[in-house]
Amino acid sequence: MPHLTEDNLERARSLVALYPDKRSALIPILHLVQEQDGYVSPEGIHDAAELLGLTPAEVRGTASFYDMFHLEPVGKYVVAVCTNIACMLAGAYELLEHIEESLGTHPGGTTDDGAFTLEDAECLALCGNAPCVTVNWRYFGDMTPERWDSLAEDLRAGRLEGEVPPHGTLCRVRRSVGLVASGGAGAPASPVTAIDVTTSRTTPAAQSTVLPEGGGGS
Amino acid sequence: MTAGLRPQVVTSRFGMPESWTLRAYLQSDGYKGLRKALTMSPEEVHKATLDSSILGRGGAGFDAGRKWGMLRKAEPVYLVVNGDESEPATFKDHALIEADPHQLIEGALICAYAIHAARVFIYIRGEMALGLERVQAALNEAYEYGAVGADIFGSGFSVDIVVHPGAGAYICGDETALLESLEGKRGFPRIKPPNYPAAIGVYGAPTVVNNVETLSNLAFIMRNGSEAFHALGEGASRGTKVMALSGHVRRPGNYELVFADTTFRDLIFDPALGGGLRDDRELKFFIPGGASAPWFGPEHLDVPLANEKIAEAGSMAGSGAVTVMDVTACPVRSAWRLSRFFHRESCGQCTPCREGSGWVDKVMRRLEDGNGRESDLDLLMDICDNISPGVHWPPAQTTICPLGPSIPSSVAWGIRMFRDDFLEHVRLGHCPFPPDRLRTSLAHA
Repeated sequence: MPHLTEDNLERARSLVALYPDKRSALIPILHLVQEQDGYVSPEGIHDAAELLGLTPAEVRGTASFYDMFHLEPVGKYVVAVCTNIACMLAGAYELLEHIEESLGTHPGGTTDDGAFTLEDAECLALCGNAPCVTVNWRYFGDMTPERWDSLAEDLRAGRLEGEVPPHGTLCRVRRSVGLVASGGAGAPASPVTAIDVTTSRTTPAAQSTVLPEGGGGS
Repeated sequence: MTAGLRPQVVTSRFGMPESWTLRAYLQSDGYKGLRKALTMSPEEVHKATLDSSILGRGGAGFDAGRKWGMLRKAEPVYLVVNGDESEPATFKDHALIEADPHQLIEGALICAYAIHAARVFIYIRGEMALGLERVQAALNEAYEYGAVGADIFGSGFSVDIVVHPGAGAYICGDETALLESLEGKRGFPRIKPPNYPAAIGVYGAPTVVNNVETLSNLAFIMRNGSEAFHALGEGASRGTKVMALSGHVRRPGNYELVFADTTFRDLIFDPALGGGLRDDRELKFFIPGGASAPWFGPEHLDVPLANEKIAEAGSMAGSGAVTVMDVTACPVRSAWRLSRFFHRESCGQCTPCREGSGWVDKVMRRLEDGNGRESDLDLLMDICDNISPGVHWPPAQTTICPLGPSIPSSVAWGIRMFRDDFLEHVRLGHCPFPPDRLRTSLAHA
């Protein structure tokens, strides 16, 4: 009896179909496991191994290499505070200290109520809006202790559920077609989920791109 | 030059409403480059790319057209897009992916046509959730529009594109590690030779791995011709470069600049660009090309922004990430933070990198905390010499991939440029720069 839901199993099979070698679907499937369970559960590892003809040890061996895969349960919101050079110069360690005090936990720890897991992260590539944090991989730039306090309050009150999906949910847009170039069936891989991926509170990466006055273009 | 005259090759749609949608893309020349390419033979498209002289924008700066020409003659051939941008202080691909995913898809299709690719994989850094959503949504639109899939625009050319998420590992930005990761394995770089992707790439097949920014230039080259592109810049550095400016400047951000037209001084101080240092403080040093690059001081401000000019001056253009430090920045803390990054991100295969990064991290940390000793400076240089003999630039290679030999850059150049600051930490028993110490958080790191 598989642990993955029928819908997720179907999604996993669609992923396998996209690659010449099915093991290539491993990382996407592990993201799927994390989306369903909130972490990469032993049962999910078992299902991934079954789907791909691998041993659970091989699956775990890959999963344990990657920072985004949590092999133990984590809080509802995983908060990653970038402390690499650009954010450090903008006060990231002071920010991290404030967040530690506000949550009562340290990097690697989870709050007692299970709401937040805190991480100190390497460069998250939003250096024009340093310091930055991500919450379940949604970006919040130009962070200050005060902005963090209001963000944490909004998260706790459930006011940002549209913008910050549960931990593990990565790409909410599903592929609309299978492989079609070889003249194959081209059946939809899975139903397209129409969502608005724009958000008001999160920080788009291009925000800090400074445009020349008067436009230009090619 | 004034900002208004800057030609935009890859950032022209930034700031347009919903620039990531097919509708916005088609209103601004979208997919015209691909349509043009499909009227040419694949060989002609390849030649146009060669004639443009576009260098890879991922860090190594290798000629893209030549890279395509090195493919082993075998089928199938794959194109893998490297969107795993993770180099500290580099955030230009992140912006290109989110703001203009169709431009990336169009570039990937042009390349796929030229190299006869059987399939395209767009590997995007896992942390970029919005980027993944934007590219997948754009790809769905492109299939619907007929720009990708079977018989593209009725040309007879067919290819599929697959968006593939990473899962958090800097090392996967190395092209051979990226291919391992794409195959569902740990991101261990492969030994070269023999595993040059052009010969033995993903699934053992000849593979082109190109950076997001590199491919984002191709639609412009096809639409306007290789001459228009080649006319920008000079020497080996042609076209534009998106410079990711961060640190103690008034206006951090991405700036697309014509190669060789501007200097570091322009980038940092021009009111239309970096706008000078915050609070008008004095410049202490800057990192010209990402965490792996040797540091520059104020004496290097007039070096032009061109790959070979920066190399001649003793560092590298790398990914185009420029991080600026004013006089309040501690060089010991900066070098320590970059050492810690390499320690955390070392894949662990090679001893000089795995062990060396950890030793450097620990000794640098003790210096920053005021617990170091004068002999630590020699000790650090000795460790650096073991990681990369000679500690020169470009570095000697002792490891499978360039991550290990990148470790000494910040530490050794930090000691060479700011020896007194290092010794001051020892004399005082604490860091002389504000804030005066790293706080409690690191006790748990």
